[in-house]
Order: sequence, then C-alpha cells, then structure tokens
Amino acid sequence: MQFSRKHLGIPYAAFLIIFVVAPLLVLFYYAFTDGQGLFTAQNFLHFFTNPNTLGTLYYSLIVALVTTVVCLLLAYPVAYFLATSNLRMKSVVLMLFIMPMWINFSLRITALKEILSVLEGNLAMHPFLNAVIGMTYDFLPFMILPIYTTIMRLDGALREASMDLGADHVQTFLRVTLPLSVPGIISGVSMVFLPAMTNYVVLDMLYNSTYIMGSLIGSYFSAYNWNGGSMISLILLALICIFTLLNSGDEEEKAREGGALL
Amino acid sequence: MENTDTIIELKGISKVFEDGFKAVDNFNLQVKRGEFVTFLGPSGCGKTTTLRMIAGFEVPTEGDILLNGESIIGLPPYMRPINTVFQRYALFPHMNVFDNIAFGLRQKKTPSDLIGKKVRRVLELVDLEGFENRRIKTLSGGQQQRIAIARALVNEPEILLLDEPLGALDLKMRKEMQLELKEMHDTLGITFIYVTHDQEEALTMSDKIVVMNEGCTQQIGTPEDIYNEPETIFVADFIGESNIFNGMMTGHLKARFCGGEFDCVDDYKEGTHITAIVRPEDVVITSPERGTIVGVVDKVIFKGIHYEITVLSGKNEMVIQTVKNATPGDRVGLRVDPENIHIIIAPDHTNLFYADINQNYKLEYNEHELDKNLTEVMRGSSRRDDGTVVDSAGQAIEPDRLRVLVAIKPDDIEMTDDQEAGIVQGWISNLVYKGDHYSYIIHTDLEQDFVVNDEYLWNMGDQVGLLMPEDKMTFTLKRK
Repeated sequence: MQFSRKHLGIPYAAFLIIFVVAPLLVLFYYAFTDGQGLFTAQNFLHFFTNPNTLGTLYYSLIVALVTTVVCLLLAYPVAYFLATSNLRMKSVVLMLFIMPMWINFSLRITALKEILSVLEGNLAMHPFLNAVIGMTYDFLPFMILPIYTTIMRLDGALREASMDLGADHVQTFLRVTLPLSVPGIISGVSMVFLPAMTNYVVLDMLYNSTYIMGSLIGSYFSAYNWNGGSMISLILLALICIFTLLNSGDEEEKAREGGALL
Repeated sequence: MENTDTIIELKGISKVFEDGFKAVDNFNLQVKRGEFVTFLGPSGCGKTTTLRMIAGFEVPTEGDILLNGESIIGLPPYMRPINTVFQRYALFPHMNVFDNIAFGLRQKKTPSDLIGKKVRRVLELVDLEGFENRRIKTLSGGQQQRIAIARALVNEPEILLLDEPLGALDLKMRKEMQLELKEMHDTLGITFIYVTHDQEEALTMSDKIVVMNEGCTQQIGTPEDIYNEPETIFVADFIGESNIFNGMMTGHLKARFCGGEFDCVDDYKEGTHITAIVRPEDVVITSPERGTIVGVVDKVIFKGIHYEITVLSGKNEMVIQTVKNATPGDRVGLRVDPENIHIIIAPDHTNLFYADINQNYKLEYNEHELDKNLTEVMRGSSRRDDGTVVDSAGQAIEPDRLRVLVAIKPDDIEMTDDQEAGIVQGWISNLVYKGDHYSYIIHTDLEQDFVVNDEYLWNMGDQVGLLMPEDKMTFTLKRK
C-alpha cells in the first residue's frame, strides 16, 4: 500500500469511531430501548411528562441564560476597553483575566466556595445565586476572549469614519462597533450557554443541591437507569444542535469578517 | 481678516506624539475656498498626521486651526463640517452601499425621502447607479473607492480630506481616478485637501502643493513652481529627477559646479556656496568644443519616449534625458541654458567624492589607497580569516558593486606645493576673499572641483596637491 497524505488521518478517524461514533450509537440504542432491550418511546414520553425532569430543564435554561447574560455584561466592557485602548500593558491585563483558566479547576472552585462561605454564611441558602456566580466565574474568560479578538480585529479606521460622518462616541459604538462585534458575542455565548446548562461539577463542588441537566443525567446513571439517562442526553444533544444551527446561519459571513475562532 | 476667501488656516501647528516623536513641526498654511491642495512627501513626513489634525482625530500639541476664521481645535471630528476619504476606504462591512452612504445624512436626521434622493445623486456622480443594495464585500477596489468618495461627498462638507485614496489601486485605475477626482473637484467647488507620496499625482491634480519632509514644510507653491523652482535640495530631489551639485558662485551670474563654470540667472555674491540643480531634460548634448564641460558617454538606457544618458566628466556624473541617441564611449560636450540652472544657497560647502573599494577591501581614490577599510564603513560587516569581508548576514561582499561617498569640509583640506603628497592634484581656478580667509576652487586632474578654505593667499593657476586627513572625512556606503 502506498503511503499518501490522507493516511495521516487514520489515527484520528479511528479515535472518532471508537470514542464518538460508537458511543453515539450506543446512546441511541439505550435511549430507545427499555431494560429488556426492546424498542420503546417511553423514555422520551417520560421526559416530557415528568414534572421533575421538565423542571430541571427549565431551571438549567434559566441558570444558563442568566449566567450568559451576566458574563456578557461583565465581559463586553472589559473586552471593549482592552481592545480599543492604547494601553501598553494590554496583553498583561488580558492575561490577568485569562489566568484563572490555567489554575486547576477544582482548586479554583474550592477557593470560590471559601470566599462565598465567608460572604454568605450558609451556602445552601442561595443555590441559584451561587450557581450563577460559580458558572460566571468559571466561564467568563471564554466570553472575554472571542469578543476581545473580534473588536481587536476591527479596523480602527471604521470608528474614525463613523465619527468623521457625524456620529459621537455612543452612536459610533451602537452603529458600528457593536454590530461588528456580534460574531464575537455569538462565539462567546455559545461557549458559555451550553456548558452552563450541563456543567454540574461546579454546583457539586459548591455543595449546591439544585439540579441542572448534567446533574439529572448523572443521577439517572448512578441509579443504573441507562435508558432514561441516555434519552436525556439525546434530548440535550438535540437542543444543542438546534441552538448551533440557529447561530451558524451566517457562519461563513463570520469567518469572512474575521469573526473570532475562539 | 485680510483674505476673506481663506477657508482654513493652520497656524504654527506642531504635533509631538506620546513617545516623543515629533511628527509635524511648525506647519503653516492657508487654503483658499475651492482650492485643491496636496500634501506631498515620503512616508513618515507628517502629511497624514497633519490631515488627521484637520479632521480632528489628532490634537495638535501647539498651534491653532481656523475654519472660516474660527478655531476648531476644541471640536471633535463629528462636529466639524469636514469629511474624510480614508486610505483603505473604511467602508462599514455590515451595511450595504446605500446605508454606508446614508450614514452621515441619517446622523444629521435628514428626512428619509431626501436621503434617498441625495444618495442616488451622489451614486450618479461616482458612476455607480443602481449599486444601492450591493454588499461592500462584493465590490472591487475601484468601486469601494468610489463609494468611499460618495459617502464623504454626500454630506456636502466644506472641506474634503483625502488620505492617499488611490494608493491601493493599480496604475491604470489610478490614472483614471485622478482625472475623475479632478473633475469632481472642478464641478463641485468643494475644497480638497489631498495627501499623497506620488509626485506625479500631486503635479497632475493640485492647485497648490505642500512638500513636506520630516515634519517640516519644504515648499508651498503651484505645481509649476515646485517643479521649476525648487527651494530646497529635498524638493529638487523628491520632485522629478535632478542632477544636484555642490558649487560656488565665481562671478556675476557665474556659478561653478560639476567641474565647469556655467552662466546662470541667479544673482548671488561671488564666493557664495551653492547647490546647483539641473533637470536631466535641460542638459543639451553638443560637440566637445561647444560644451561648458566635456565628458564621455557612459550609459544609454532606452526609456520609451526618451533616452536616459549618463555622461561622466572625469569623476562627475550628469544624467541627461533626450530624444537623441548616443553611443557609450563618445566624447561629448554638455551645455545648460542659464535659465535652466536652478541655484540654492547652501549654508556652507561640503566636498563630495566617490571612493571605490579595492580588492583589499580598502577605500581607494585616484589610485591612492586610504587607511579606511570596508569593515569600518559598513555596519555589521566583518573580516573572515581568509581575508574576505562578509556582511551582517554572513554573505560575502563583492567590493566592485559598492562605492563610498566621502564628504569633507573646505576647512579640513590643506593645500601643498608638494603635489605628490596630496591625495589628488589640481590647479586653482578661482579664489574669493572671505574677510578672514580665502575660499579657493581647485580643479583637479579628475575634472572635479574641490572648495578649500585657507588663510594664506595662493595664486590663480597654482598647481597644488590636496591633503585630506581621513579623520575629517565622513563616509556613506552606496550601491553602484
């Protein structure tokens, strides 16, 4: 057999088949079968008729939504300021925001837990607030970076052109900078919203007793209910697909306009 | 105000950036209403910074800008009745052509039916009717250029600023746009301030050219003035091609340079140090007997509409543009009409000559080897064990492809009766008493003139040798 460049792809293809495609097939199999291995739609119906599972879905959506909005509100001004200032220490300041990502996750969250305990006393009193704080703390850099990169890449002459044509700073921001940083916002949102729905480890470590989608799946699996857990995973997967499709409408456009890759 | 139709006046504008770089130094200019003014200069000369100060993107460190007699220094860009066409257009990529052009009008709360009318009219002006709904990305460079112009013009600014607007276009497109811009300027009557580094563009389009270099105004004048009467050596060198020589006034309407005494029309005092500028197209090739100087044709290059001929007179080099051909090796005379010699007073004289680099990597002039060797002149070069010289990148240097321009002041040259002792020999062709010393011109056997200052009186026609201490020379490496 002659070696060609496409053979370089074999290891990754094998990885994909073993760790992505096969588990997905297993997931599908479990989601649509019952304990005896017979086909059933019961898992699906159960999810949408059970008030507990639906409640968790709503709750997760709200946690994710609030987290995303808070992240956006915190990240955008920082990213905007850093990208447009001619501060010489720009990269250093940016690194300060990114640095938490380099510190071990459990250490970070444990530290947060200690801080919150000091501030709030009993952590169990504010489960929703703590969920949002924990998630925001964890995901903020993922919102800052893509927005920063997008604004960075905007030609400064565009802002000048806008001012030249009679728009003051606020109008320039609203009519030029903000619309042109939308690709970065979308990248940031998709990198925060989806993980915020499922990353229950953050909540577990904060002794948070509330359930989000991730915790729900975990609880099914730890009760050996592979079928129910698989169905929820599948539904979540479907939600993510829909969300991504809604965004990717102008993926190509984003790429052309130098939208953030992060 | 004495001049009522001055639209904008820049008074003593300076700009020093935070890092201490002085981009613009004491810039003064009055622009008349409806004028087409061009800032011309090499990159980094401060022309764009000056434009940005007029637009309001930079605040001058010193000086004032008056628009219709009133200072606009304190006004932000969005309050100035001035619009800019940016270097790389800066069209908004998230808007279509219509929205780009309408941006300024909407900002001014113009009624929407009027916006539609104005946008259509300005699109007609730039020849892009029907482009309203096109995305910016789908436009060619030339079309984007026109939209950028339309976007600025639709606001009917008092002054239109153009920052190298044609720089990104290819040559043919650029020529077309030059004419179109000029036409637009003539029909609209708006004042244009245009920035370019392209001298031809400036000469073609402008009513008035401001030549700038290193933050300073070099000359302000009409294209004809700038070309025919350059006030500084920089202008002469930057605009068009020039033969530039150092020399001295040697009599009433007589200037000595390039090894000969030429009649000229500039009446400066005898003994004045001068720089003489002769345009290549103004040199006439004639028979050796009729020439002011005599030389040998060195190179002939066919340039399409003319030949570019290099004539060597001894060590002096004269570039000539003419429609008549010549053959390398021919002995010819060179003549320049007095009115075509342009003379600038030089503060003092510098003797310049080229030294070759010999096979020992030493500088050599008139078969005299100097102590100076190449490694001392060329930064980063070093001598290898086998004797060859390499540059900073380790590349071997071919000495015969380089030469060194040597400069030495008249005070630093000494005359001697012992002709063999000097680096070069010649005879005294002129002398001028300067109060406390005499200035001499020594015409050497290599047909070059050297100016020498000496407190003692020598006689005209004396044969002398010239002693030049190497520690008084400055060296500049040049490519041949």
